[in-house]
Amino acid sequence: MTAAVPGAIASRSPALEARGIDKRFGPVHANRNISLVVRRGTIHGIIGENGAGKSTLMGILYGFHQPDSGEIRVDGQVQRFRSPQDALKAGIGMVHQHFMLVEPFTVVENVVLGAEDTFRIEGSLVRARAELEKLGRDYHLEVDVDATVADLTVGQRQRVEILKALYRGAQILILDEPTGVLTPQEADHLFRILRALKAEGKTVILITHKLREVLDVTDTVTVVRRGEVVAEVATATTTKESLAELMVGRKVLLRVDKTPAKPGEVVLDVAGLRVRDSAGVERVKGVSFQVRRGEIVGIAGVAGNGQSELLEALAGIRPVSGGTLRWKGVDITDDAGVRTAKGMRRLGLGHVPEDRQRMGLVAEFAASESAILGYHDDAPYNRNIILDRRIVSRECERQMAEYDVRPPNANLQTLAFSGGNQQKIIVAREVGHNPDVLLVGQPTRGVDIGAIEFIHKRLVALRDAGKGILLVSVELDEILSLSDRILVMFDGILVGELSPGQANERTVGLMMAGIRSEAA
Amino acid sequence: MGEFFFMLVLLVDSTLRVAAPLVLAALGGLFAERSGVVDIGLEGKMLGAAFAAAAAAAVTGSAWLGLAAAVGVSVMLALLHGYACITHAGNQVVSGMALNIVVAGLTVVVGNAWFQRGGQTPQLTGDARFAPIDLPLAKTLEDVPVIGALYSEIVSGHNILVYMAAIAVPLVGWFVYRTRFGLRLRAVGENPAAVDTAGISVSGLRYRALIVGGALCGLSGAYLSIAHNAAFIRDMSAGKGYLALAALIFGKWRPVPTLVACLLFAFADAIQVRLQGTALPLVGVIPVQFIQVLPYVLTVLLLAGFVGRAVAPKAIGIPYVKER
Repeated sequence: MTAAVPGAIASRSPALEARGIDKRFGPVHANRNISLVVRRGTIHGIIGENGAGKSTLMGILYGFHQPDSGEIRVDGQVQRFRSPQDALKAGIGMVHQHFMLVEPFTVVENVVLGAEDTFRIEGSLVRARAELEKLGRDYHLEVDVDATVADLTVGQRQRVEILKALYRGAQILILDEPTGVLTPQEADHLFRILRALKAEGKTVILITHKLREVLDVTDTVTVVRRGEVVAEVATATTTKESLAELMVGRKVLLRVDKTPAKPGEVVLDVAGLRVRDSAGVERVKGVSFQVRRGEIVGIAGVAGNGQSELLEALAGIRPVSGGTLRWKGVDITDDAGVRTAKGMRRLGLGHVPEDRQRMGLVAEFAASESAILGYHDDAPYNRNIILDRRIVSRECERQMAEYDVRPPNANLQTLAFSGGNQQKIIVAREVGHNPDVLLVGQPTRGVDIGAIEFIHKRLVALRDAGKGILLVSVELDEILSLSDRILVMFDGILVGELSPGQANERTVGLMMAGIRSEAA
Repeated sequence: MGEFFFMLVLLVDSTLRVAAPLVLAALGGLFAERSGVVDIGLEGKMLGAAFAAAAAAAVTGSAWLGLAAAVGVSVMLALLHGYACITHAGNQVVSGMALNIVVAGLTVVVGNAWFQRGGQTPQLTGDARFAPIDLPLAKTLEDVPVIGALYSEIVSGHNILVYMAAIAVPLVGWFVYRTRFGLRLRAVGENPAAVDTAGISVSGLRYRALIVGGALCGLSGAYLSIAHNAAFIRDMSAGKGYLALAALIFGKWRPVPTLVACLLFAFADAIQVRLQGTALPLVGVIPVQFIQVLPYVLTVLLLAGFVGRAVAPKAIGIPYVKER
């Protein structure tokens, strides 16, 4: 452990200490002798890859799990948490990655739940309303307290979670992967909130695997790998590269290594495409672009500007309401035989969907079954009308070996794999069927850094093999580092095209916000 | 006019009588389902309670002891359901249906062994039944035109359980929407993880919901055998538990709309009884079977078409397992 914590922080008293925390779940040794000091009035980052044991550690700190050994001290006092309720009493509040909110309830009802002080709730609601308005003003946490949670945006829901913890008197706030579901703007807002909390003397623990955030907002960082603390460093003294190396345990290439593209013939040609969403609202409002062999075309944009509908329409899942679609020069817009997900796959259009849980795989299926979804009718997998399980399993195992999927067990349920490994299964499936064009939506959402590097390499290799790739991502870093051409989508139209040379966070960021560039 | 008015009064009167057990059972189901536990076992609990009420009343001669037995048996069946699908995370529909089937058989077997009347219980008389209650002034007002008929026939003259059903609706509404228990109940059926992380026991809440629901269902069963009728007859619930469940869904798991749904089903039933054997203009006499099917056809139509989308409590039917 490095003790490079500067004096200003080291002099603060510890708000929360963990000493020698050890926890096993059956054969899995999730936490090994973890020790950690979080000082009052600081923002403390905990980083590590998926499965490194961060979430288990947090579960122990807020009383959801009980450690096998080790102790927790809050303000120097040894505490034993038997439930989250105990941790709350000691002043520890948790903001979960998947929000613990009751959607049909109003904000104030959600906040009061579990903290009602009388049998009739009226009084509690009145008191909470007043308290919430005060908290909202103090910490940039403005939310309409009488709004129904179901109507709130993801960012607002997160604020409700924070309010819940504060309302219960939390002095130490733990946030588990808080930006995973947020747009960049919402994430910025969250960081403003965290800084305001810190300014008021609250302590914040931020669990994440996004290095940029850690460098942005934290004071100290603890790095966890395979259940152990491998480093505790002052944020000011570290870099992205060294954190990544600590996390993964080897040098990680954050910038994708690639040669200039050698674009070939046009494969996918989209002209004036219009697409409506399920509610009938036009979300893609006349979009034109081409995808050639040997290039990666990136579409940047804040989530919800029509990218999802565009991808689904191209993949044949969603009908187009206008414009034309050409594949290798042939107009296929109205070709009913082709314009289905299956038909498009047959043509040679692979699709890594944005939402892997919902569209990419079936969580309850075995990995080998998820690994052939969409291709399950293909001859190699079938003997007459019967699926040849042996071949399916063998094929899946081969892919798992090639893509370093862990654990390499084709019979395991898909949901048992981590996000990164699930995504590898999908990428392996789509790349493995040798598409001419691959549609890729949010390839690294919820995927840890080692797997990101791997998936990015694969995509570049596919490009170099002369295939076209259309990449849609809300991660600007990803777009900037992978794309050979960058298109920016805003409110259903493409507001500009940039070459990687012209593009940087600022130029693309402005276009993402709807401000047209002269370069367009 | 006079004759039509009189017929209408009788129709409304019998609607209330038919609706009472539906309302009680549906409100019982409301507790279970709002907590996230499917309550398809309403039918079985109702039948079990009906048997317990009639048997206890026959043996003790007291309707109130019969009622207590009904509530006790129904709560025990609810706990059994809870043990299977809360404690052991079993399938709630399977457990509920098992309850229905077991009770349908068990009541007859036990009844036969106990009373030797082919599954029936002895006829109840006097204090062993809940008799109609004449509200104050009912006799005095009887002869006053319109108001007299409305008050004496419709408002007055029901047994105590009908009035309990009437009071239960606002009471349940208050309980569910205004109290701490209600808030938690609604929360646990939507997102049990939120309740768990707030430090409240999900299982504890669901068990309590099932107990309250079981008690209400017990009242409805007692109504069948010791208030509306004077003995237990095999399968006397005759699908009313399912009808109550349908009313609950039609009422979108809210007390007042559920009451309206129950009244609608009951009204269809009352008309059905009235129409049997009556010659209608143009069509003549309709075979009894066609008329008896009316409430059920209504159920199917309402559930299929007119309800709009009934948004069920989100966590309903899913056992809560604390994730690692």
